[in-house]
Amino acid sequence: MRRRRGFAGIAALAAVPLAALVLFFVLPVAGMVARGLWVDGSFDPAGALQVLTRSRTHEVLWFTLWSAAAATVVSMLLGLPVTFVLYRLRVPGRRLLRALVVMPFVLPTVVVGVAFRTLLAPSGPLGGLGLDGSAVAIVAAMVFFNLAVVVRTVGSMWEHLDPRREQAAAALGASPAQVLRTVTLPALAPSIVAAASVVFLFCSTAFGIVLTLGGLRYSTVETEIYLLTTQFLDLQAAAALSLLQLFVVTGLLYAAHVTRTHREHAVDRASARSVTRRVRRADVPVLLVAGLALVLVAAPVVTLVLGSLRVDGGWGTAHYRALGTVGADNALLVPVTDALANSWRVAVDATLIAMVLGGLVAVVVSRQGRSRGERRGLALLDAVFMLPLGVSAVTLGFGFLITLDRPPLDLRTSPLLVPIAQAMVALPLVVRTIAPVLRSIEPRQRQAAASLGASPLRVLRTVDLPVVWRPLLAATGFAFAVSLGEFGATSFLARPQQPTMPVVIFELISRPGADNFGMALAASVVLALVTVAVMATVERLRIGSMGAF
Amino acid sequence: MRTTTRRALAAVTSLLVLTGCALSNSSDDAGEDSTKVVVATHDSWNMSKQVLRRFTEETGYEVTVQPSGDAGALTNKLVLTKDSPVADVVYGIDNTFASRAVDEGVLVDHAPSDDPGGEFEPQDATAAEQLTPVDYSDVCVNIDDTWFARNDVPPPTSFDDLADARYRGLFVTPAPSTSSPGLAFLAATVAYYGEDGWADYWQRLVDNDVKITSGWSDAYQVDFTQGGGSGDRPIVLSYASSPPFTVDDTGEPTTSALLDTCFRQVEYAGVLAGAANPEGARAFVDFMAGREFQEALPDNMYVYPVDPDAALPAAWAEYAVPADDPASLPESVIAAHRAEWLETWADVTS
Amino acid sequence: MASRVSTGSTAGGGSTTGGGSTTGGGLRVEDLTVRFDGVAAVDGVTLDLDPGHVLAVLGPSGCGKSTLLRAVAGLEQIETGSVTYDGRDLAGVPTHKRGFALMFQDGQLFPHQSVADNVGYPLRLRHRPRDQVALRVAELLDLVGLPGHGDRSPTTLSGGERQRVALARALAVRPRLLLLDEPLSALDRGLRERLAVDLREILNAAGTTALLVTHDQEEAFAVADRMAVMRAGRVVQSGTLEEVWRGPVDGEVAAFLGYATVLEGEAAGRVLAAGGRVDPAGARSGAVALRRSALRCTTDGPLHGKVLAARLTPEVTRLVVAVEGIGEVPAVADPDADVLVGHDVRLTVDLGRAAVLPARPVDHTP
Repeated sequence: MRRRRGFAGIAALAAVPLAALVLFFVLPVAGMVARGLWVDGSFDPAGALQVLTRSRTHEVLWFTLWSAAAATVVSMLLGLPVTFVLYRLRVPGRRLLRALVVMPFVLPTVVVGVAFRTLLAPSGPLGGLGLDGSAVAIVAAMVFFNLAVVVRTVGSMWEHLDPRREQAAAALGASPAQVLRTVTLPALAPSIVAAASVVFLFCSTAFGIVLTLGGLRYSTVETEIYLLTTQFLDLQAAAALSLLQLFVVTGLLYAAHVTRTHREHAVDRASARSVTRRVRRADVPVLLVAGLALVLVAAPVVTLVLGSLRVDGGWGTAHYRALGTVGADNALLVPVTDALANSWRVAVDATLIAMVLGGLVAVVVSRQGRSRGERRGLALLDAVFMLPLGVSAVTLGFGFLITLDRPPLDLRTSPLLVPIAQAMVALPLVVRTIAPVLRSIEPRQRQAAASLGASPLRVLRTVDLPVVWRPLLAATGFAFAVSLGEFGATSFLARPQQPTMPVVIFELISRPGADNFGMALAASVVLALVTVAVMATVERLRIGSMGAF
Repeated sequence: MRTTTRRALAAVTSLLVLTGCALSNSSDDAGEDSTKVVVATHDSWNMSKQVLRRFTEETGYEVTVQPSGDAGALTNKLVLTKDSPVADVVYGIDNTFASRAVDEGVLVDHAPSDDPGGEFEPQDATAAEQLTPVDYSDVCVNIDDTWFARNDVPPPTSFDDLADARYRGLFVTPAPSTSSPGLAFLAATVAYYGEDGWADYWQRLVDNDVKITSGWSDAYQVDFTQGGGSGDRPIVLSYASSPPFTVDDTGEPTTSALLDTCFRQVEYAGVLAGAANPEGARAFVDFMAGREFQEALPDNMYVYPVDPDAALPAAWAEYAVPADDPASLPESVIAAHRAEWLETWADVTS
Repeated sequence: MASRVSTGSTAGGGSTTGGGSTTGGGLRVEDLTVRFDGVAAVDGVTLDLDPGHVLAVLGPSGCGKSTLLRAVAGLEQIETGSVTYDGRDLAGVPTHKRGFALMFQDGQLFPHQSVADNVGYPLRLRHRPRDQVALRVAELLDLVGLPGHGDRSPTTLSGGERQRVALARALAVRPRLLLLDEPLSALDRGLRERLAVDLREILNAAGTTALLVTHDQEEAFAVADRMAVMRAGRVVQSGTLEEVWRGPVDGEVAAFLGYATVLEGEAAGRVLAAGGRVDPAGARSGAVALRRSALRCTTDGPLHGKVLAARLTPEVTRLVVAVEGIGEVPAVADPDADVLVGHDVRLTVDLGRAAVLPARPVDHTP
């Protein structure tokens, strides 16, 4: 009896986010897919499935998978050294660097595309590499965007990993490489798997960057869906590809789940002070790789900054000063500063929604199921909330329009729709940042607290919260960044009445004229800096002794 | 311990306050009433508030604008939501997508009593009854005059020149599959070379090392020598209205449009079937055809008004002359052949 | 033995400990200094440890003993001084190539591996054949008293069992030096005492050379055969257990070793005199450390006092007595003797249960 009640409580916690997921993800996607499968009122899946047999579909799927896989692997290979350096070594300025790494994450894809192409075009500083329009450029840009995911997801776990376990291994004769392989990586596995699956999903659904950098040679499932839906209105083919996406994503999530369940254990925690150590000579290779990764992140950003300071062939801050205006020749409806304020408000809403929903989901999925069925249910729940990352923003965006069209759910024109859509994108990140840490809490601590008379809420506050506090902040900053930079899904929805930063930047860069271009770059730099400031502040926030409650 | 608690509470409270503000501030324009007109349009919508305020003064209707996606996404969105439209009136369907909107029954008949854009009416009869031309833009090849002067090369003037070895590796254009000016340029080549000749022409372009990007901003801002970056191609596909934006210290534009390479894109407005406020929708279509809105178009949206009597800004009158005889195709032809053209085009260029 | 015959122990760490052998084998730490942000955590420490011996470094928390251990393991950067083993300088030799094993207070087992995998970990690192690993693991689990636990997950073990597994893992490849960081401190008293005995037996049986750091003198006495006492980054005394126990260099060390009271000056002189020793140095400026049983109630003792408190235990009655010319000191009485609070008693001194401390050079307080 008692047991069932406990599970019922958890199920109740999950109900709110689940309802949101059904309403804002399952329903719209199902609606769009159904439009493709029901032709003229009759169920005709054959037409749609026929698309899957086309050789073009196979090529596109193959490119999607390998480019996303390559980008994921490279993001890991570069991101883990960066994470190590920024979270385990006493490198000067590491807090700032941790915040800076997130910069790319919020840059609008159109601007990043321009920045990358400025670097790689035959006339650019790296033109000699011949990478313009190549698959390498696409993968590099994906890595550029997603390094932050690796660094922040893994970092929030790594900074708590007790170094003495590694030291014990070293003292037993394990070389640094062996320590890494046999101790560190297994301990980090939950967050590594989490980061890798998020990165893979982001990459496999990246479409702006593929369109811009891939030119016409490369297309992914996502860009195909985009073209089929927005240009050709071929809903049959789009539905087939959306189903394909769902299928692949589900398979991936299942694989990630299998890996994860074998890996997650209670972890001894260490204070942040003791885990960082001085730099040694042996760290030089790692520092070099990390440096290389940071250069990769910095190069396009530097290109943007330099571009934003170019005024009439000279240098100056005119473009930044112009941000308070509506641009050359009234390019904008509102000054960029107003757009920043609008972005801020939308981001606060989206972050709040994502944190509340994501926090609930994380709490629920990190509980230990008491029976096989419960464990299965929790695992399923865990995976289901990752789906929004892996499914086409176009399908989702158009799905909103055709399904949420009846009162009381006619949210299509609601100003809340955009924050909700952004929250659905940020939600998996929030869950992925918090859940591994929650799972690593020794369950006996909770049992001990409960046995001392603590209510479930109090257990959460006294046992979970002190540990999860920093990841929670990290996730908040992350969700905020997602919302500040998100343009993909929302651009298919009714865009917010008051233009946001990405919208304004898009407007500016879509106009001829050097001043508008300069302002677009300046606005991007400001957007990135605001994000860095938010992230850095979040890093600094320290609620000294949450355990003292 | 107390301090910590209090500090945490303060943090949470301030966050809530901030959010509360955000949520309430942004929700003030929700809800329906009969004095409101909702306009569905594309991402390039950029009309100043003063102009819209004039509409409210004249008619009593408040305008809510919902921009989303490009012309294609906008059209498809209307098709998908036709049973339960999100707006009353649409602005921004162009002649490459007009047939789809009309065929799908998205719109109802309406024509302003005073329609200045007669010569821009759709060629198809049904379409002409439903769609009201508002503005047009000529998609033309632009060149960097300074580059040609500096390098002592005579500037190109025609489609054929672009395929001439003398201009090898100098031309960059956005792709028709991902860009609406790109599609216009493809249509221009179809109109100029005919159904049987355009693919050969594109083959010659490819042989002449044309660069194809996915979007206009990419081509213009990165690859074009007069764009924002440091591009290396002095010939780009853009608009007849682009040159005024490149006026330099001498007061002269550094670029010009090749007016023999243009395709005319016309944007229409129309009243949506099932509009909650059809009265207001009709009023807004009429307003867009009116002088005030027409004259505000060039400055705000970089397009030419269809009203031949609307005054143009000075720089436009001088440097942004529309083409005399632009290429055009019936919108039904574009609609019927779009997919096939794009497929052929992809075969030729890849 | 006379209590002053310790191995030349002086403050400042100039001393060595190692049982007189001078083969040059084993661990030698010389003038070692480790600093954190300019503050010396280990300050000029010199130690010797011969093969087959177990040395306990005893000190209060924060004295630098763990840092010393970590420096020996190669986990801390050394500012000055050297760590050598079998005559070879270990500077530049990374932790994993030192041939040592380190066991932490909480074992630091790998939760993602079974008990057997944990124990076999160092063997697998060295690519031992699988069947040999299995054999050795079984042998080790037997040794630490956990036969048949190989398939368990470390998370299901009790604290004591975890430490046994950690010990088995540390011993798996017969390290030339075993480093133990408070190996028993996390356990409860009863378990600690039992495990300490086991630990000593296991180390002896394996002939293991071990360096143990602890703040618990009982753990040190139970496991080690030699001892160094650390305070504020320095070794203040070292020698065999007997030597250190018999002759603490000062009151603080005495107190840390478990002596109940330290008397100085005239009080010390009176106690020594009462014990039958005339020691001019001790009488004038030295001190004497007393165990709780150093003073005993007898009918004819030379000292006179009044009982302030009395507590009966199974063995003895423990008293606090105000002794004339000395002050309040602990004492014991035969439980049969009828000693009550307020009684006047006479006390004899058993100098076998006291230690005479060397004269303090400077900071003698009157």
